[in-house]
Amino acid sequence: MAAHFGGLTAVGSSPGTTPRTLREAPTVSAVSVRGLIRGFGPKGVLNGVDLDIAPGEFVALLGPSGCGKSTLLRALAGLDHDVKGSGVISVPDRVSVVFQDSRLLPWDSVLGNVTLGLRDHDADAKARKALAEVGLAGREKAWPHELSGGEQQRVALARSLVREPQLLLADEPFGALDALTRIKMHGLLRDLVAAHRPAVLLVTHDVDEAIALADRIVVLDSGRVATVRKVAPEIGTAVDAAGHEALRRNLLTALGVDVAASSH
Amino acid sequence: MSAATAVRRTAVAPHQDPAPAHPKDVRPTGRRLGPGRRRRLAWLLGPSALLLLWTVASATGLLDPRILSEPWTVVATAGELIADGRLQENLAISAQRAGLGLFFGIVVGAVLALLSGLSRAGEALIDGPVQIKRAIPGLALIPLLILWFGIDETMKVLTITLGVFVPIYLQTHAALRGIDLRYVELAQTVGLSRAGFIRRVVLPGALPGFFLGLRFAVTGAWVSLVVVEQINSTSGIGYMMELARTYGQTNIIVLGLAVYGILGLLSDGIVRFIERKALSWQRTLAG
Repeated sequence: MAAHFGGLTAVGSSPGTTPRTLREAPTVSAVSVRGLIRGFGPKGVLNGVDLDIAPGEFVALLGPSGCGKSTLLRALAGLDHDVKGSGVISVPDRVSVVFQDSRLLPWDSVLGNVTLGLRDHDADAKARKALAEVGLAGREKAWPHELSGGEQQRVALARSLVREPQLLLADEPFGALDALTRIKMHGLLRDLVAAHRPAVLLVTHDVDEAIALADRIVVLDSGRVATVRKVAPEIGTAVDAAGHEALRRNLLTALGVDVAASSH
Repeated sequence: MSAATAVRRTAVAPHQDPAPAHPKDVRPTGRRLGPGRRRRLAWLLGPSALLLLWTVASATGLLDPRILSEPWTVVATAGELIADGRLQENLAISAQRAGLGLFFGIVVGAVLALLSGLSRAGEALIDGPVQIKRAIPGLALIPLLILWFGIDETMKVLTITLGVFVPIYLQTHAALRGIDLRYVELAQTVGLSRAGFIRRVVLPGALPGFFLGLRFAVTGAWVSLVVVEQINSTSGIGYMMELARTYGQTNIIVLGLAVYGILGLLSDGIVRFIERKALSWQRTLAG
């Protein structure tokens, strides 16, 4: 467990930041966030977020744009050096991030992109295996620009999984893909997560995507956790399952969407 | 119309109507905004046109040979100078100077650009002096360099180096600073070391800028060469031309110019060739 402490200076403690909770959390959680604040005052982006993710648990973080969900993900990824804040974050040693853009280095081959930062002596073999897992065997030598958007995002998935992460952070990874590709990618991600069992935090604004993939859905509103819903396994995989529509309506209401007007 | 008919027929009875040797290719053609496909040796067209213009002007008497020698005179002069070995000798010494100056200039420019691009301290120390050097013409430094280093090869190579490193530095530095911050974030999330970050992200990302600088540098090296060889030298193409000026031999002067021109064009072509190979991952108008 590697904990990075987000500038513990100033700002009063938030509820949940008690030492007792802290000592217990790492033993049961892959991720533990306590009293996370990013940005201060009326314009604060995160205003005291508490979140635990169990090992192997798939959590979807829902929220309207500007609610702070990307800020929370970036805080977990350790990418917010220059953002003022406070709180305690504990994440596993091996964390992988998938961004909304595939973020492949254009000057490196597909294989080179997957092995980026790997120090194992058999990095190439591992990367080939990961590429085969995402259905891109044989494309190792291609340049990123020769791939379609969906293929590029699959390379990004391979790059994150080849590191065998204990925590996978995904920031709207399918947001830039077309609807058909997105559905295929949902299936792929579900299979990959089932095979590798990382804890997952998926940031999305798509309620259906959240229900389809997550064990638990957290709705963020104005920088606070507003709603938490468990997703029963039988609901996630079947749209016609009992309770699916109810959960969907419930979440949309939590997101401030007028369900009566938008229902179909 | 005919295309539509053809398509329907093959669709209905594909086996009775085998595909013709030249399958029909009817398609709507939009206006192509890029420059089109690359053609080999197309780069020769401009220089050849220039040569043709010169030949025609000389042959028709439009161009007085006292102002500019005829192309054939220049070719004949080249033949004579090659026969008595003077051209090769001077060319070799000139090429050696330019090559050495270019080599040191590239190393110095690239190293300074890396130091200045990757650390704030490096930038604070290096960028200012380089900008000052950039503002001083190379010619203005020569008297000082002669005082310090005499008139031997060191001074000549150093003058070329000083002219060469500036464009390498400027372009490489700009490209380094232009690397997308998203890739820096990526490097952090995949746990790249600082050395790995430089090798896998910074250097390849800055390579297009480096090559642009190299193209300026290569032609710059020949330009600086002319300056040092004509001012204080007893060998080299520039000296050969300077000597010809004393004796009023226009043909040798023009030959020297032609040699410089050919060298510049050739070296630029070589750099562009290497650039295309090294940057084959890029998808640009250049193709």
